[in-house]
Amino acid sequence: MSTPENSEHSQSIDAQSLRHASGPYFGAYGGRWMPESLMAAMDELNETFEAAKNDPEFIAQVKDLNKNYSGRPSLLTEAKRFSEQYCGGVRIFLKREDLNHTGSHKINNVLGQALLAKRMGKTRIIAETGAGQHGVASATAAALMGLECVVYMGAEDTRRQALNVARMRLLGATVIPVTVGSQTLKDAINEALRDWVANVETTHYLLGTAAGGAPFPAMVRYFHEVIGDEAREQILAQAGRLPDAVTACIGGGSNAIGIFHGFLDDPSVEIYGFEAGGDGVDTDRHAATITLGRPGVLHGAKSYLMQDEDGQTVESHSISAGLDYPGVGPEHAYLADIGRVTYEPVTDTEAMDAFKALCRTEGILPAIESAHALAGTIRLAARKIAEGAVPQETIIIANLSGRGDKDVGTAAAWFNMIDEKDAEAEISAANAQNSGSQNSEEK
Amino acid sequence: MTRVTSAQKIAAARAEGRPALIGYLPAGYPDVATSIEAAVALAENGVDVIEIGIPYSDPVMDGQVIQEATVQALANGFKVPQIFEIVRGITERTDAAVMVMTYWNPVLRLGVDEFARRFAEAGGAGLITPDLVPDESAEWMEASEKHGLERVFLIAPSSTEARVQRTVDASSGFVYCVSLMGVTGARSEVSSAAQAVVDAAHNAGAENACVGLGVSRREHVEEIGAYADGVIVGTALVAALRDGGVPAVGALAAELSGRA
Repeated sequence: MSTPENSEHSQSIDAQSLRHASGPYFGAYGGRWMPESLMAAMDELNETFEAAKNDPEFIAQVKDLNKNYSGRPSLLTEAKRFSEQYCGGVRIFLKREDLNHTGSHKINNVLGQALLAKRMGKTRIIAETGAGQHGVASATAAALMGLECVVYMGAEDTRRQALNVARMRLLGATVIPVTVGSQTLKDAINEALRDWVANVETTHYLLGTAAGGAPFPAMVRYFHEVIGDEAREQILAQAGRLPDAVTACIGGGSNAIGIFHGFLDDPSVEIYGFEAGGDGVDTDRHAATITLGRPGVLHGAKSYLMQDEDGQTVESHSISAGLDYPGVGPEHAYLADIGRVTYEPVTDTEAMDAFKALCRTEGILPAIESAHALAGTIRLAARKIAEGAVPQETIIIANLSGRGDKDVGTAAAWFNMIDEKDAEAEISAANAQNSGSQNSEEK
Repeated sequence: MTRVTSAQKIAAARAEGRPALIGYLPAGYPDVATSIEAAVALAENGVDVIEIGIPYSDPVMDGQVIQEATVQALANGFKVPQIFEIVRGITERTDAAVMVMTYWNPVLRLGVDEFARRFAEAGGAGLITPDLVPDESAEWMEASEKHGLERVFLIAPSSTEARVQRTVDASSGFVYCVSLMGVTGARSEVSSAAQAVVDAAHNAGAENACVGLGVSRREHVEEIGAYADGVIVGTALVAALRDGGVPAVGALAAELSGRA
């Protein structure tokens, strides 16, 4: 890697590399704010991960799975019509994580962690899921590697995402609806942690995002670094230079940290993370954790957190279940504080407009999560042009973290594209099927 | 007022040839006034150390009974600063040591030093911190020293020798020995792992090692009392308060302490 840009490394913000921050701390964030009962498991995981990273056999296993199972490298597609019609001619390249097996970047992390679980001799993995994407990916990895899989999912989400529940069950996983607390993603994580405390000897908690106690944030990033590494190589090959900016959506922040990683040490590349602004950050219905949250501890890490004046976690809201989380990975909190990455909110409406724009200009149905990155990209392109950039000489890479097939129902309802009666019939049929299979769920 | 510490109460129990009895109840459950009355009932029926839990939105170490109680306390309007009012209400009326069990974010949010100062002023003895390990406790070490508060950290059956040592060294008052790998909740039998955890704490130099999780009956207290310095009961008391109010809490405490 001897690109001209590398010579600029000495000018980077910290006078040292940001790309490989190993934790457990990222500035004032990260660490292990969690029960002692789990410390031995966290230490074991950390040791196994550190050894695996330096084991050529493990590295080869990951590479092989990425290539021959997930279908990597994922493409870098120039979105020319999207660029012309929505971005004033600024060149937009999409990193196509939607083309991976199971339809999103999530597969990168679950394959890596499932391999680590096997290395530790664990026979069972547990996972949390919101919309079901990480649950489906975990169930997939478990099926591939012969592990038992239990997925915790908020009871409300199991009703809204009946088809994803069915997908997980088809893959052999047990889905447990979480009926305690607020019955959302954060409560699914709480239940998974309670399960882990009780079953830690046989069980690995396959956390789905770059949050949690150390080593999870640095480890989840490690398995997603391939996104940024590929994107950097691809843009140099396809455009002959680095991009002016890289964008991604941020929930917990795993797809974002994966693509950011490739460019953190390139000072000429601006980096943007787009959070879920829900109904707007002037309302109380959003998930803009960095924009409006305060530092606190949740689920093992110190980071920005949506909380009230008592330190109680506040409910987040987003049309995108994958971004609907009141916390964020600690590395993002650090990158925000030092100003290396700019984090901005994108509303449900902006995201859905961008969703439709990509469908109509490129024939690509993005995940609603990824549509937040696209909406931010549209906004950023307009800003660049207003600042005097020559559109055709400006390049932005947007991480298209997943495909939108799972969101067809939500999007169709948003744009009033289905007859209401039919939709209701469809949902109740799915629900009936869902509850019917619950009784015989155990095996 | 003179503050009563858990170390004093455990030493006094030892002098009587029995383990100290530590009873847990959530703050503000079902409301602030009743939670004070219930804690006073504990003290009047042989409980040496009262552990008041701060209701929190994400209690990962708690089982269903305590979760439901703390969810209700929050729904009934409990606010974190009311913990100082509750602690004061108990210390003014009993000679029990009053500990507060809290997940760490509410303390962080108020400010660790500010929390410690107000808690000490209310007569509190110290904090039991289920999701704060010594590794992350620099700020709390400083504040607890400054305000003269006890630090109760937890050790578990999974804790390595090195971690037990570190935890014992960082703790004061007592060390909370988690009897099993799991969350809070009544169980019919005491975990066979409990004694090994207590032994590990004693071997690392802990003067007071108390056992919690899954303890609900007088025979558990007697069994654990044979090797531990104190016995912690939570879920059974919370269920008693839920089902029978303050009188039921008093009756169960009397039974647990051997007075009934």
